[in-house]
Amino acid sequence: MALSGLDIYKLLPKTNCKECGQPTCLAFAMKLAQKQAELSACPYVSEQSKAALAAASAPPIRLVAIGTGEKKVEVGNETVLFRHEKTFFHAPGIFVRLKDTLPAAEADALVEQLHNYGVERVGIKLHVHGVAIENASGDAAQFAARVAAMQGKTDLPLMLMAAGAAAMEAGLEKAAGAAPLIYSATAENWVEMAALASKYKAPLVVRAQGDLSALANLTEQIKAAGVEDMVLDPGVRTSHGTLVVLTQLRRLALKGGVRALGYPIVTFPGEDAESVEEEITRAAQHIAKYAGIIVLDHFEPANVYPLLTLRQNIYTDPQKPIQVSPGLYEISGPQPESPVLVTTNFSLTYFSVAGEVEGSGKPTWLLIVDSEGMSVLTGWAAGKFDAAKIAKSVNQFGVPGKINHKKLVIPGLVAGLSGELEEELPGWEIRVGPREAIDIPTYLKTWS
Amino acid sequence: MTPAVQIPIEKWTGKVREITLGATAADGGTRAKTVTVGGENTLPFLSFEGSIPHSPAVALEIQDHYPNDWSPLLKEYWGDLLRDPAAWARKAEEVGADIIVLKLISAHPEGDNTDAAHAAATVKAVLGATGLPLVVLGPGQADKDNEVLVAVAEAAKGERLALGNCEDKNYRTVVAAALAHGHLVVAKTPIDVNLAKQLNILITDMRLDLDRVLMDPTTGALGYGLEYSYSVMERLRIAALTGDSMTQQPLICTVGEEAWRAKESKVNTGVPAAWGDWKKRGIHWEVLTASTQLLAGANIVVLRHPDSVARIKQTIASLMAE
Ligand code: B12
Ligand code: SF4
Repeated sequence: MALSGLDIYKLLPKTNCKECGQPTCLAFAMKLAQKQAELSACPYVSEQSKAALAAASAPPIRLVAIGTGEKKVEVGNETVLFRHEKTFFHAPGIFVRLKDTLPAAEADALVEQLHNYGVERVGIKLHVHGVAIENASGDAAQFAARVAAMQGKTDLPLMLMAAGAAAMEAGLEKAAGAAPLIYSATAENWVEMAALASKYKAPLVVRAQGDLSALANLTEQIKAAGVEDMVLDPGVRTSHGTLVVLTQLRRLALKGGVRALGYPIVTFPGEDAESVEEEITRAAQHIAKYAGIIVLDHFEPANVYPLLTLRQNIYTDPQKPIQVSPGLYEISGPQPESPVLVTTNFSLTYFSVAGEVEGSGKPTWLLIVDSEGMSVLTGWAAGKFDAAKIAKSVNQFGVPGKINHKKLVIPGLVAGLSGELEEELPGWEIRVGPREAIDIPTYLKTWS
Repeated sequence: MTPAVQIPIEKWTGKVREITLGATAADGGTRAKTVTVGGENTLPFLSFEGSIPHSPAVALEIQDHYPNDWSPLLKEYWGDLLRDPAAWARKAEEVGADIIVLKLISAHPEGDNTDAAHAAATVKAVLGATGLPLVVLGPGQADKDNEVLVAVAEAAKGERLALGNCEDKNYRTVVAAALAHGHLVVAKTPIDVNLAKQLNILITDMRLDLDRVLMDPTTGALGYGLEYSYSVMERLRIAALTGDSMTQQPLICTVGEEAWRAKESKVNTGVPAAWGDWKKRGIHWEVLTASTQLLAGANIVVLRHPDSVARIKQTIASLMAE
C-alpha cells in the first residue's frame, strides 16, 4: 500500500540540509508521497530506508512477464476490483495446453495453428498468447524433446508443466533464456522448483490446494529463497470455487495489503468442465473475474475468438472508447463520382462500416465525424453526431473538392437527421442508408 | 510461519428486492408455476458473505410476427414455430425456459400495425399454451406500447405479467395499467445509473410498489458494448448493496436480442476464417454475453436459442453450487 508523507518522513535523515531542493525533509517526504519528486534527489537516505521505500511503493499485485521479446505476456499490476473504478490494465494471457503424449505430427500441427492464429477486431490484432507444455507422459526425455521441438516453430511464450524437478529441468534446458512459466512449486517440491526458477530466470507458479494461508506461506518462503516473479494457483477448479477464491485473492492483495498474495493468478477452466462448451464459459468467467493466465485444454477458432473479444471488452479503458481519427477515408480507390458515406469515429462503428464497404469492392469515400468516440445512436443522443457536426466535417475535410456530385449517405439509424442536414448543406441530396452495416454491400451495388 | 490469512468479508447493508413473476390459481392467476428472483444481499454468486435465496432465471423470447431479420441459425432451429406464438411458447417451456418473454412486434405502426384487441388475443393464446410466467413487451413505439399494453393488462388481469418497456416516454400509462390489474413493469433506461434511478423514482411516485418493478439497464452484446452494460450493472448492484433503495430492483437483460444482431452470430458470408464454425460461434456469442451479465448481477437473462438456455442453466447451476 502507498505510504503517506509522514511514513516516508520517518525514513529520511531528518537533517533538513536542503540538498534535495526542498526546504525540509518533511517537505521532500510530502513531494515523494505525491510522486512529484524522486528519492534519488536526496543523497543521504540509508540503504535500509531505500529498501523499505521500494518495497512499499511496489504495486500491490506484482507485474510478471512470461516469455521474452515482442510476444512476452505481462500480467498483474492491477489496482482495482471493478473496471469502472479505474480500468483493468493487463489482459489475461490465453494459453493452450499441449501434452507431450500427443503424437509429434499432431503436436506440430497444433503449434502451427496456435502460432498462426490471428484476427483483427476494431483495428486491434487478436491472437493466442502462449503454449503450456505438459509432461503428461511422466518421462523427462519425452518432455524435453517436446520443448525442444518448439524451437523454430513458434516464439509464443511457454509454460512448462511437470511434477518432478528432474523433468522440469530437462524441459528448462531446452527453453533456456525464454523465461517460460514454471508449473509448479508446491509445499513438497518448492525448494527444487525455486532453485530452477532462479537458475533459469523464469517465473514460477506456486500452488497450494485450496488454502490461502498455506499459499501465502509458500510464496514467502520462495521469495526468501530469492524468487520474485510468481504466479498463484489456489488449486480450486469449480466454477463457484474459482469465482470466490479469485475474488478473495484480489481483495487480499488490494485491500488487505497481503503482499504474499499479491501475484497474478493462473486458471485451468477445462479441468473441472464436462464439455468444451463449459470450459469456454468458465474461461469467460476467469476473464471477467481476475485471472492473469488462462490455460485452455482445447483450441478451436470458434471457441477462442469469442473469448478474445470478451478479453478486449473487459480490458478496454472505461474512460476512453477505442477511437479512430476523424477525416475523409478512401476505400478501394474512390473517384469523383464515388459515393460518400458518413459515420462516427467510434472504432467499433468505423471498422464495422469500413469492413463492409471494403468487402463490397465498391470504391467509396468514408467521412468520419469526430463524435468523441461514440457510436451512431449514442453520439446522436449525446449531440456529438448531429446535422451541424456532419455538415461541418463535410467542409472541414474537403469533401466537395474530391467529388463531382452532392450526395451524402447517412446511417439508417439516424434517418431523422436528413431534413436538418439538407438545411445545413444546401443543394445536397441526403440519402438514408441501411440500418445495419451488413446491408451496406447490397446498398452500394444499386448506388448511382 | 506467517499469521493465517484473514478472508476479507464485505458487510453490505442493502439487498436486492425479491420479485415474483406470474400468479398461480391460488393467487388469482392461471400459471402452473411462478418465478421469484432477487433477494440477495451479496455480489453475484459470492454466497460466502451473504445469502442468495434465488438463482437467476432464464427466459426465452418469442414474437407474435415472423422475425424476418433473425439469424438463419435461429430460424433453422425454430422453423415454423416462429409463425405461431402459442406453439412457440409451448416449445420454449419444453426446452427449459423459466419465463417467456413475448414481444408484440406485429403492433408496430411501421409494420402490420395490428390493434389492441389482437395483442390481447395473442397474450391469451400464449397464456393458454404455457404454464410459465410471462413478460409482455410492446412493439417499442411509445404510443403503440401504451395502447396494446393497456389492453393486455386488462385481458390478463391477475396473472402478474411483467409489462414493458416502461420508459421515460410512456411510464405513466404502463404503470397505471400494471397498478389497475395486478401486474409488474419492466423499467428500461439506456446504460446509465442515474437514469435508472430516476425512472424508479417516477414509478414509485405513482405508488407502484418497487417489488413490482424489474429494471432493464440495456444490454450491449459481446463485442458491441458489453463492457458498458457490464460496468453499469456492477455499479447499480454495488449501489443496491450499499443501501440505495432506488437501485435495488432485480435486473433483466435482453441478451438474445443484442447478441443475435452481431455480425458474428448473424451471418457467415465474407467473414474471416479465424471466426471459426458459425453455429458454435453464434451460440458462444449469446452464452458469453449472458454469462458475463450474470457475473455483473443479472437476475433474468432473456435468450433466443435453446442451446444457449441449456448452457446458461448449467453455468448458473455451477456458479451457485458451493
Ligand atoms: C454502448 C452504449 C453506450 C455507451 C457508449 C458507447 C460508445 N462509445 O458509443 C455509453 C454507456 C457511454 C452510452 C451512453 C449513452 N447512451 Co448509449 N448505448 C450503447 C449501446 C448499448 C450500444 C451502442 C453501440 O456500441 N453499438 C454498436 C455500434 C457499432 O453501432 P452503430 O454505431 O450504430 O453502427 C452500426 C450501424 O449504425 C451501422 N452504421 C454505422 N455507420 C453507418 C454509416 C452508414 C452510411 C450506414 C449505411 C450504416 C452505418 O453499422 C454499424 C453496425 O451495424 C446502445 C444500445 C444498443 N444495444 O444498441 C445504447 C444507445 C445507443 N444509447 C442510448 C442513449 C440514450 C445514451 C445516453 C444519452 C444515455 C444517457 N443520458 O446517459 C448516453 C449518451 C452519451 C453521453 N451523454 O455520455 C440510446 C439511444 C436512443 C436513441 N434511439 O436515440 C441507445 C439506443 C439505448 C436505448 N435503447 O435507449 N451508451
Ligand atoms: S536532501 Fe535528504 S536530508 Fe537533505 S533535506 Fe532533503 S531529504 Fe532531508
